[in-house]
Amino acid sequence: MTVGAWEAFWLIVHREMRLSFRRPEQLLQPLVFFLIVTTLFPLGLSLQLSLLRDISPGVLWVAALLSSLLSLDSLFKSDADDGTLEQLALSGHGLTVIVVAKTVAHWLVTGLALVLVSPIVGTALGIPTDAFATMLLSLALGTLTLSWLGAIGAGLTIGLRRGNVLLSLIVLPLAMPLLIFGAGATDRAISGTSAMGALYLLAALCVFTCTLAPFAAAAALRITLE
Amino acid sequence: MNSTADGLMVDKVHVWRGDRHVLQGVSTQVRPGELLHVSGPNGTGKTTLLRVVSGLLRPEQGSVSWRGQSIVSGRTEYQAALAYAAHEPALKGDLTALENLRFSVGLKRRSSAVELRGALERTGVSACADLPARVLSAGQRRRVSLARVVAMQAPVWLLDEPYANLDSAGSELVSGLLQAHVAAGGLALVVAHRELTLACRVRRLELNS
Repeated sequence: MTVGAWEAFWLIVHREMRLSFRRPEQLLQPLVFFLIVTTLFPLGLSLQLSLLRDISPGVLWVAALLSSLLSLDSLFKSDADDGTLEQLALSGHGLTVIVVAKTVAHWLVTGLALVLVSPIVGTALGIPTDAFATMLLSLALGTLTLSWLGAIGAGLTIGLRRGNVLLSLIVLPLAMPLLIFGAGATDRAISGTSAMGALYLLAALCVFTCTLAPFAAAAALRITLE
Repeated sequence: MNSTADGLMVDKVHVWRGDRHVLQGVSTQVRPGELLHVSGPNGTGKTTLLRVVSGLLRPEQGSVSWRGQSIVSGRTEYQAALAYAAHEPALKGDLTALENLRFSVGLKRRSSAVELRGALERTGVSACADLPARVLSAGQRRRVSLARVVAMQAPVWLLDEPYANLDSAGSELVSGLLQAHVAAGGLALVVAHRELTLACRVRRLELNS
């Protein structure tokens, strides 16, 4: 009769998805922010297409990081506020399973959504369509890594007022390598050289955070639950 | 020791909150078929004790054991046997009462929608099953959280102020649920201000500042 870890994982993912779709504005806000910030640049700078292409990877990645940060705050906070986090913590599944399920669900509704709208932004910034595959892959890896880093930060800042500012201060320095390699990969793809080196490094960072961040975030949650 | 090996045992628990010594060596035990009523004035650590017993809060000193095993080393088994209802009902406002039950009870045991509706009916809120929890009144939310405790079918109940926000029929309902649970061999730890008049074995623990 007991419930296995996989079953618990899917149940939590299902719950998170349902909650997200019941509040579509929470889903749309980071996406709209991403779209607006990236379209402000060409409007504000009135650049030629060649110059726009030079700055577009940086603009795309900075906007992606900032809009992902907007939604990270809500990862554990609402559950902590209404007491459901305690129920999850006492469900007999260990906080690590809960952290993994919640973070994966969070990435599916925020990170993946951002990846899916990025071709629109890419077109607006003059990124050639040949570079889209690299852009999509690097963003997918980058946002997933950021979700894992964010889970640690969100776990640590649950109990704090204005915790979202502190969350940004914790997560942004850790996200520097993502920005460097992500924008680097996109830049190389635009200029037509191989982006594999940067993509491999992004993939390595993603694997690294996937394997270690759940334990760190679970430990952070355990401390804040006390 | 053997006489308590099948129950819950709290052994000289000390908890500090900042520089306040909230729990000063609290020891108690509850056996199956028994209810422990924790009472005392506000701020004497009733909820803190409940959180320690649930395992959410680790005491600075002392230990809690369940069936002779520490709840830290036997965490998974203990949590599987545990139904905890905190002071706040812990419901997601955007989910219906039934969905709330499905997702939280579902983590403990496999249960069908019929069973969960049955639990809601038992606590008198079957009409609210398909309403989002945010539109329910405080009393109805309390009843839904009690339905969750019932549906978990756990041998250990930890309830923090289960009588809060309930009308007189609701209070009788809680007493009825507690009696049935204890009569069926379960054990319960209940934090409540009011006197409990229950037809089962009640142990009392009075906390003082």
